[in-house]
Amino acid sequence: MGDFDFAIIYNNIPFLFEGMKTTLLLTVAAVIGGIVIGTVLAIIRIANVPILAWIAAAYVNFFRSLPLILVIFWLYFLVPLVLGRPVGAFSSVLIAFVLFEAAYYSEIIRAGIASVSSGQVAAARAIGMTYTQCMRFIVLPQAFKAMIPVLLTQAIILFQDTSLVYVVGLKDFLVSAELIANRDQKLIEMFMFVAVVYFTICFAGSLLSSHLQRKLST
Amino acid sequence: MQYNWDWGILFRDPYIWWLVDGLKWTLMIAMCAWVLAFVLGSALGIMRTSINPYLRLIGTTYVEIFRNIPLLVQLFLWYFVFPELLPEEAGRWVKREMPLPGFTTTVWALGLYTASRVCEQVRSGIDAIGIGQRNAGRAIGLSEAKVYIHVLLPNAYRIIIAPLTSEFLTIFKNSSLALTIGVIELTSMTRQIEEYTFQGFEAFTAATIIYSLVTFTVMGFMLHLEKRLHVPGRIVVEK
Repeated sequence: MGDFDFAIIYNNIPFLFEGMKTTLLLTVAAVIGGIVIGTVLAIIRIANVPILAWIAAAYVNFFRSLPLILVIFWLYFLVPLVLGRPVGAFSSVLIAFVLFEAAYYSEIIRAGIASVSSGQVAAARAIGMTYTQCMRFIVLPQAFKAMIPVLLTQAIILFQDTSLVYVVGLKDFLVSAELIANRDQKLIEMFMFVAVVYFTICFAGSLLSSHLQRKLST
Repeated sequence: MQYNWDWGILFRDPYIWWLVDGLKWTLMIAMCAWVLAFVLGSALGIMRTSINPYLRLIGTTYVEIFRNIPLLVQLFLWYFVFPELLPEEAGRWVKREMPLPGFTTTVWALGLYTASRVCEQVRSGIDAIGIGQRNAGRAIGLSEAKVYIHVLLPNAYRIIIAPLTSEFLTIFKNSSLALTIGVIELTSMTRQIEEYTFQGFEAFTAATIIYSLVTFTVMGFMLHLEKRLHVPGRIVVEK
């Protein structure tokens, strides 16, 4: 370990930072997209809309039975075919992540909505609110507040999962580091650095999540 | 959308055998890694619930390290970095002579990673039993180890069948990461079929159906098992 070359990391900071920007952008966009579609799926299932509720349940179970890598390959292959023109890896990967994560987020959100007591829904309906108003002003705000720690944990998992874009060669943090590692034959330095960076971010995130959990439960 | 359909490709020699072979490797990785994850995860779960603060610290440290580094990065660390850090002889053996290097490394990496998740499930199972039974066990003269073997673990496993099932299915799905270090498992095989025949749609559909079928079969079986092994007196939370 005596000849661990720190300079290789230091000299390539700007390049690695560009990769990290892609990783973060993908994470944030996928979290937002996943939560939006996940909420829609969860509400459809909770409201028990005929046929649609069944479709939403099938969607969630279907995506949860597949490996993320397979979904990434599917979209990478399918999106250009459907659009009839080549698209960048980022767009197809983003669609894959949103579709995939929506299934997981929907389960979290469904549990969150279920945690709001049914008495509140009855009360809201009794004072004349429509179903939509009741969801919008009473149920969802409370549900989301209770869900924040779990949503954050899922975001950390998603952040880690974005490393799988490696399989289509999108230049995220891991792929950028790997390019340098192979170019300069510095595999030990680069992969260890990558691990330390991921660990630091994810560990900080999980500390924040458990802090929020404690704060909300008191 | 311009595409030449040919579903027959999936049933033609050699492609059907490619799929069978891919599924075989996927299942082998999943099962071997699961044995490692289950044994180590249980040991870690015991450590995390132990009365000894040092054991608890070891368990917690392990969990935090392994679940906060992406699995793919861990796989690369074991495959590319670990042999370099070993003494020269051992490193050479791992790199050159170890049988099935990709398979072995994947099982190892996946097992160690999932152990951190199994540990958390075992811990929550033991916590759910409550302190009363632990104290009762000690009061009738069982040693700490015997309390775990005869009282806590048998109950804990029965409580956590559902989460352990989803951990097993996660291993099954995560085995697809093996393709990054050259193991030709199911996902990799379908990719190969796509590259050879340009019938990506059919190939990916085949993989999708196979993954779903295995998942739903395992889930159905475990749901049945869960009902039979249900601990009397515990409220079943509907999922």
